[in-house]
Amino acid sequence: MASIAQPQTQAIPQRRPKSETGIWSWITTVDHKRIGMMYGVAAFAFFLLGGLEALLIRTQLMHPANGVVTEAQYNELFTMHGTTMIFLAIMPLSVAFFNYIMPLQIGARDVAFPRLNSFSFWAFILGALMLNLSFFFGEVPNQGWYGYAPLTDLSWNPTRAVDFWMLGLQILGVSSVAGALNFITTILNMRAPGVTLMRMPLFTWTTLITSVMMILAFPSITIALFLLTMDRFVGTGFFAPAAGGDPLLWQHLFWVFGHPEVYIMIMPAFGIVSEIIPTFSRKPLFGYSVMVYSVVAIAFLGFGVWAHHMFTTGLGPTANSAFAATTMLIALPTGVKIFNWIGTMWLGHLKFTTPMLFAVGLVSQFTIGGLSGVMHAVVPVDEHHNDSYFVIAHFHYVLFGGSIFALLAAIYYWFPKFTGRLMDERLGKWNFWTTFVGFNLTFFPMHFLGLEGMPRRYYSYGEGSGWWFWNIIVSFGAYFLGASILLFVYNVARSLKTGKIAGDNPWDASSLEWSISSPPPVYNFKNIPVIEHRDPLWAEKYGIDHETGDENEIEITFAGETMGKTEAPDDSVASQERRRRQEAANQDHGIHLPNRSFYPMLVAVGMFVLCFGKIIDNPIIHIQSLSLPIVSVIGGIIMLGAIYGWSFEPAD
Amino acid sequence: MAQVVDLTETHGVGHDGGDGHSGHPPTSTGINHRKMLMWLFLASDCMFFGSLIATYMIYRGRSEEMGIGPFPHELVDIPYTSVSAFVLLMSSLTMVLALSALQQGNIRNSRLWIAATALLGTVFLGGQWFEFSEFYHEGLSLHTNMYGASFFTLTGFHGFHVTIGVLWLISLLFVSLRGGLKKEDSLDLEIAGLYWHFVDIVWIVIFTLVYLIPYEEKTSEAGEHAMRLVSFGSSLLSRFF
Repeated sequence: MASIAQPQTQAIPQRRPKSETGIWSWITTVDHKRIGMMYGVAAFAFFLLGGLEALLIRTQLMHPANGVVTEAQYNELFTMHGTTMIFLAIMPLSVAFFNYIMPLQIGARDVAFPRLNSFSFWAFILGALMLNLSFFFGEVPNQGWYGYAPLTDLSWNPTRAVDFWMLGLQILGVSSVAGALNFITTILNMRAPGVTLMRMPLFTWTTLITSVMMILAFPSITIALFLLTMDRFVGTGFFAPAAGGDPLLWQHLFWVFGHPEVYIMIMPAFGIVSEIIPTFSRKPLFGYSVMVYSVVAIAFLGFGVWAHHMFTTGLGPTANSAFAATTMLIALPTGVKIFNWIGTMWLGHLKFTTPMLFAVGLVSQFTIGGLSGVMHAVVPVDEHHNDSYFVIAHFHYVLFGGSIFALLAAIYYWFPKFTGRLMDERLGKWNFWTTFVGFNLTFFPMHFLGLEGMPRRYYSYGEGSGWWFWNIIVSFGAYFLGASILLFVYNVARSLKTGKIAGDNPWDASSLEWSISSPPPVYNFKNIPVIEHRDPLWAEKYGIDHETGDENEIEITFAGETMGKTEAPDDSVASQERRRRQEAANQDHGIHLPNRSFYPMLVAVGMFVLCFGKIIDNPIIHIQSLSLPIVSVIGGIIMLGAIYGWSFEPAD
Repeated sequence: MAQVVDLTETHGVGHDGGDGHSGHPPTSTGINHRKMLMWLFLASDCMFFGSLIATYMIYRGRSEEMGIGPFPHELVDIPYTSVSAFVLLMSSLTMVLALSALQQGNIRNSRLWIAATALLGTVFLGGQWFEFSEFYHEGLSLHTNMYGASFFTLTGFHGFHVTIGVLWLISLLFVSLRGGLKKEDSLDLEIAGLYWHFVDIVWIVIFTLVYLIPYEEKTSEAGEHAMRLVSFGSSLLSRFF
């Protein structure tokens, strides 16, 4: 077996970056684990930035008629807070786990297209850079993350603020679609032998479904942004009523993307929780198939509910009723998931570690957000709540109480796999409870404020409104929440150095990523595993209890007690024979790893420069009626050249 | 885990699917990675075109309502565009012939048909260029009215796709001329073909919606058309009953 342990690189037919350490090794890496780590670190940094913006908003709203920021700055803050949290924090944090965990869960050595993966990451970084460069130019997007027309119209918003936003999002969209295409191909095509679709861990399932939603939802906003770009740069009037355009078209195109986007953000969280709860309940996931079907149902229905964001635009009773019905319908598969998590915990031996606390936190807090969401399916209620703080309370309960809780749980859960060390449990529990309290202090009173009529996006309110009391509580809660996130950062920093050594499988979890060392070797699996069970590690460890159990079931035991049953592996003579032959055949092969490449980053840089040239002042070349900024031309040439370089560079 | 499998079976799953030149690397589904990526991309591209076509259809007739010409019924030349549509559809045939030739190992013919496909695509683009400049001279531009904005954006977006396809085919032709496109590389051509056929199919939809379905002329003529249609329908009915 000695020959297998050493990864071999092929003879390199052309100059390829080879460094194994240092900054170039990170820039040119195509290793899904390194890319996942980079995604995670970058997204968390943006999460902190978005949090800072939120704290500034809360400082402004702490007192009536406060003057910490001006109304213009306030518009910029809530725009950047929303855009940053959605596109630069929650989505890429989920993608970090897609990248790192999903290939390990299906027993693959990498994703299907390692270089495309690297491209996705760099496009994400540069799109984020484009968006945030606006701060340095002093022209910060101020039209809200939804960018409704005519707030983005050139006549109302003549600075380059919208340009930064629109081109930044465009680049981020390319990154997301490229990443999603890669993940789908990986999951469908690179499953280890025996990993059938219905044996895939639920996190892998949600990765698959989220990616499908991404490739189908993002085109809509890409086209909307493209039309907006035409409006602003070329002078068409797609969203300008004076020219015959229709501002409502923007809303439709935006929400056809925007609502699936909501599920793109929560679906990975569902997957994460579906991994954590069984592990710490010491039971297989309750109703696995139904969980899978409900994920698919949510994704399908998610494309048919967008107009509930537009109930107050006057679509008419027919459209309103139809979308109210689909919105209520989508609560069903979501409710099924909640019940299945409870069913998994039912009669389980619950171990309340930090990841489990956050996971159960999601089950409870997301349910609150889900319930206030169903309320908005009722059109008259929606009209009452529209543009009030009630809506803010609702979507923070699903996005923070849902997505962020799950992502924090995921970091606690998989941290040992990433680093080889466990995170500190005592700090972790403090972290959970402060987050939990801070979160509820921040967002629960917003329900009251909304019902009392406090509108969204107003930079100030009067003394006589009577809103000051809850606003002080909310702002205090926000600082508390901020402090709890700092505690989390401290815990990560400390645990990196002094955390307990984890070992391969510190939680005694059942999925494949725990079968290899922590952190995993660069080639992931020394031997590609053969899977014969949905919970492979439990099946292997606890085996089949032929004495008491049904022959097709195995029992999971914990501390000598039976915890649950699950389907038995197919351990027939034939499969043993196959395994023996495979082992023999395995002796002669080395592990083959893809080479590094700098073209993916170069393509992303070219794309960035292409867009950037349109924003900054630079000489313009005129060819007939075309006027091309010289920087954009250079960017285009870099991009095209890098695409050719990429195409003709051997993949491995 | 003690369980292992033959790496020759699975290692291809890792990376040959990427850009490798092995004929059919083993994958879980049996479909090559790149081919699957192309199918998925086309699914995504459907939504791109879907959004643009929806935009076009929403603004269809808007210029007539606002009374800002030139109007589509004054500009659209169905016989002319039918010819260029025919050219584009024929390019799908030559694409199939190119792939078939390559799969049979007939390199010379594959080059010929790739060149023919690229040429037909270029002829289509030339036709579009000519049509665009005709429309422009008649006074239609992106700024004139909603028809101009949505027409040029939709057909231009399609033309951009055809341009990418032509560049791709020319690149493949160069690869072939340097001896890099052999029988075992037919997948490279097949994937380009998938893209090419998709772009053709989209054109059928665009051609129908943008050119063939008659535009209201907003005069009494439209009413006459309708009356003619009704009388034609009733005469048809009277023949049956």
